[in-house]
Amino acid sequence: MKRSIRNLNNRGAESFFRFFCLLLFLAVAATTGAKAQDVDVKKIVFDHIQDSYEWHITHWGEKPVRIPLPVIVKGETSGWHVFLSSRLDRGNTHHGFYIAAEGPYAGKVVEKNAAGEEVRPWDISLTKTALALLINCAVLFAVVFVPVRWYRRHPGEVPGGFVGAVEMLTTSIVDDVIKPCIGRRYGKYAPFLLTAFYFILVNNVLGIISVFPAGGNTTGNIAVTFILAFSVFLVVNIFGSREYWKEIFWPKVPIWLKLPVPLMIFIEIFGVFTKPFALMARLFANIMAGHSVILGITSLIFISATMGPLMNAGMSAVAILFTVFMNCLELLVAFIQAYVFTMLSAVFIGLAQAEPEKARN
Amino acid sequence: MSLLVPDTGLLFWMVLSFGVVVFILAKYGFPVITRMVDERKALIDRSLEEARQAHEQLAAIQAQSEEMLRRAREEQGRLLTEALETKKQILGDAREAAEKQTRIQLEQARKEINDMKEKALREVRSEIAALSVDIAEKVLRGKLGNEEEQKAVIERLLDERVIYKS
Repeated sequence: MKRSIRNLNNRGAESFFRFFCLLLFLAVAATTGAKAQDVDVKKIVFDHIQDSYEWHITHWGEKPVRIPLPVIVKGETSGWHVFLSSRLDRGNTHHGFYIAAEGPYAGKVVEKNAAGEEVRPWDISLTKTALALLINCAVLFAVVFVPVRWYRRHPGEVPGGFVGAVEMLTTSIVDDVIKPCIGRRYGKYAPFLLTAFYFILVNNVLGIISVFPAGGNTTGNIAVTFILAFSVFLVVNIFGSREYWKEIFWPKVPIWLKLPVPLMIFIEIFGVFTKPFALMARLFANIMAGHSVILGITSLIFISATMGPLMNAGMSAVAILFTVFMNCLELLVAFIQAYVFTMLSAVFIGLAQAEPEKARN
Repeated sequence: MSLLVPDTGLLFWMVLSFGVVVFILAKYGFPVITRMVDERKALIDRSLEEARQAHEQLAAIQAQSEEMLRRAREEQGRLLTEALETKKQILGDAREAAEKQTRIQLEQARKEINDMKEKALREVRSEIAALSVDIAEKVLRGKLGNEEEQKAVIERLLDERVIYKS
């Protein structure tokens, strides 16, 4: 028994070693083919993290493989325009719109107003992140409605496999996070919090997968986390109890903290906004940092390509090991951030459900 | 800097997609899952309770049947001993009756034999008496031809009588 386990371990180590050698070979082969050119890591990382009007998948030789996405803009005078982003390639101008090369709107679609200044039109283009959001939402629907359909077809049965995994995750989030954090009236908020959890989880995990149609940096974008945090803010404050509002505007502290200078009240109101702000910043920063680190480490391979084959091979080995490690770590982070977001949202909702102390006792 | 400034277009798409997701999933998605899980939980609890009850009932039935079996065995033992006793008694009675019968029959046989014997004896005796009377008659007829002899016989008979009596 012991020996068979050792054999298995040996075999596992062996296959991992083979896989690693293959990756190393591919990395070296890819870089030796490339001309010795300066690799702008900052640009690579920022291009990935930031939004763009096209979905750049890879380079096939010298030719970029990319999907042009629809640009939807409303000019100040010219009204709504919908066209593919490929029309704006290489600084082209289409209907007066072009992508700014520099200035405050660098990388965004701009137009010139009557005074000849660069201004941003109303821009609701289906950008890379927006498309990734839609794709991830489709995946999310599949993740939820496959189990739902299964339940409808197999009433009273115990699921296995994927449906079982979803069920296990859902019940653990409900029982271990939502129920204890919100308390008595958790049932009203559970669907929203579960949706937020699965939304973040699916987006995080699909963000790590670096091949189209996954790989969009959605939860690492501040607009996405802003809306998530804002929805939590709305839920917390719309369904806040009378006691919650009383604690904000007339907290139980010595009177001199409230009058004549409403110090505590100011702090409490500030707290109302910092809570969702923390939610927004935490998720955004974690995911963005994770993507940046993975990209940066992967870029090591290409940076070291100019340093000779031996150095390149050594650096590639280190980079591959680190990238594998970081991807595993990011998988963990993907879950943890979804979990933490859900838990803190539940805590904030629970706090806003505060009951008067008399009723509590 | 633009990294930290939410883009309006993306905000629009995010509001749209997240709104739709929340609306649909919170209405038709997760409630179904949690409800199904709760229902199944309730079903399992109920089934466990039922199984426990059934188990208890089974145990009670088992105890009952064991009790019945035990009683039946006792009854059987009692019946067996009773039957043995009865058998013994019947055998004893039969033997007694047979002995009594035999005794009675033996008695009867003996009595009959005695009777027969007596009867035979009586017959023999009467036969002998008749014979002797006959013989005596004939002897007497022969002997009592004269008077002297008649007197002598009477004398002798009387003597005998007297001697016998005295």
